[in-house]
Amino acid sequence: MPSEKILIVRNLAVKFGEYTALENVSFELEKGENLAVIGPNGSGKTVLLKSLLNIIPHEGEIDWPTDVRLGYVPQKIEADRHLPINLKNLLSAKADILKIKKSEINPVIETVGLTKEISRVSIGHLSGGQFQKALIAFALLGRPNVLLLDEPTASIDQPREEQIYELVHRLRDKYNLTVISASHDISFVQRYATKVFCLNKSGVCFGTPKEVLDTKVLEKLYGGPHKYYHHLH
Amino acid sequence: MSTNDIYSIISAIMAAGAAGLVGGFALMKRMALAGDVISHIALPGLGLALLYGINPLLGGAATLALGIVLIWRLEKKTGLTTEVTIGVIFASSVALGALITPKEDLVEALFGGFENITFEGFIFAVVVSLVVVYMLWRLKSKLILALFSPELAEATRVNTNLLNFYFLLLFGLAIILGLRLLGAILVGSLIIIPAAAARQLTHTLGAFLTASAVISILSVIFGFVISTKYGITLGPTVVCVAALIFALSLFKSKK
Repeated sequence: MPSEKILIVRNLAVKFGEYTALENVSFELEKGENLAVIGPNGSGKTVLLKSLLNIIPHEGEIDWPTDVRLGYVPQKIEADRHLPINLKNLLSAKADILKIKKSEINPVIETVGLTKEISRVSIGHLSGGQFQKALIAFALLGRPNVLLLDEPTASIDQPREEQIYELVHRLRDKYNLTVISASHDISFVQRYATKVFCLNKSGVCFGTPKEVLDTKVLEKLYGGPHKYYHHLH
Repeated sequence: MSTNDIYSIISAIMAAGAAGLVGGFALMKRMALAGDVISHIALPGLGLALLYGINPLLGGAATLALGIVLIWRLEKKTGLTTEVTIGVIFASSVALGALITPKEDLVEALFGGFENITFEGFIFAVVVSLVVVYMLWRLKSKLILALFSPELAEATRVNTNLLNFYFLLLFGLAIILGLRLLGAILVGSLIIIPAAAARQLTHTLGAFLTASAVISILSVIFGFVISTKYGITLGPTVVCVAALIFALSLFKSKK
């Protein structure tokens, strides 16, 4: 296992006015890990990811190496179905803003298993699975070395959910990515994560899935037996 | 055709092109209403300028700038219900403008048709139109991303707050460009109606923006021809042509 640190978080705190979203969050992560952040609704998973991306004000330390490139897949985008915007437009826009070569656009579309035709369909007309893949393609453009995913399968059904996790797993292997994903699905966490961080405004536990995912810890995290969300369909 | 007519038509066509492009983005941003409010804020400025014999566009520009900062601040404040506040500003600017504006100029201030354009005015219109188009071109990637998801735009290092401000500024410039032709009440329509028609007719971003600019320009050209031929007021004619194109666009069934 690689042992080089890629992320150090110390005493991270986020407040929205009077409301404390996160406090006293500290953990470290090594390169190449697949970290699952789990916790009940409102526990601060999204806020943690946004802090790591440095797109919301926060206190405390977040240290990334200088050569870090973050790719981000947000939780849910209320895509306006009527926007005349397609994946190609979005990728071109990102390439333009970050000065990425246009020639990198088509490869990321293929990498996530979409086609050029689909990349020209209005984003509002894509299926849930295609939409999620489009977001992953967007995150991949610019060769990130860390992928941050916020509930990557929140809005799609189970067979496709599996596909998305499989895709992320494959990308991690292929590009040697460090992955940090907020997740509610314990079975996928058990299967793919190398580290688990339990969050309920502050850190409740941290370790490998084997160490962490026992009933006691989960009861503590989600408050009482069997209350944690285990995807039901 | 006199030199003045040529100045008028050229500056009107360029203003229309810029307004059509701004309108395309405004429609996607769903800020048609905010846009109307901004344009109405020009009225008290027009009135004051007319009262003191200053170039009316300068007065309009001054209150517009104020309005833009106001709307921008309002957008940032989430505690207020924006629609209500916008409604209040909208009505009070028209009322204030109507009180201030000298009676004999009120119709022009509301519906456009200020008399002759000077050479300086012509140059101003051409330069500002080009600036608006150029700035939109420069900002288009950021605007597209922010339209899709402000959060994703932020993660791509776009300062969405500043971007919104720039866009409002371009919106304000487009309104100033159209004020002479259309007046404070109608100017918003040249920004929104061509975009609405273009959206009915097109499916891709490039086609949509192009169509929006072209429809806006055609509205001005046909409006000019019709109003000259029948001796009717130019501004309302242009808006009627745009509305007619929109009505026709509804016949195209959209998938």
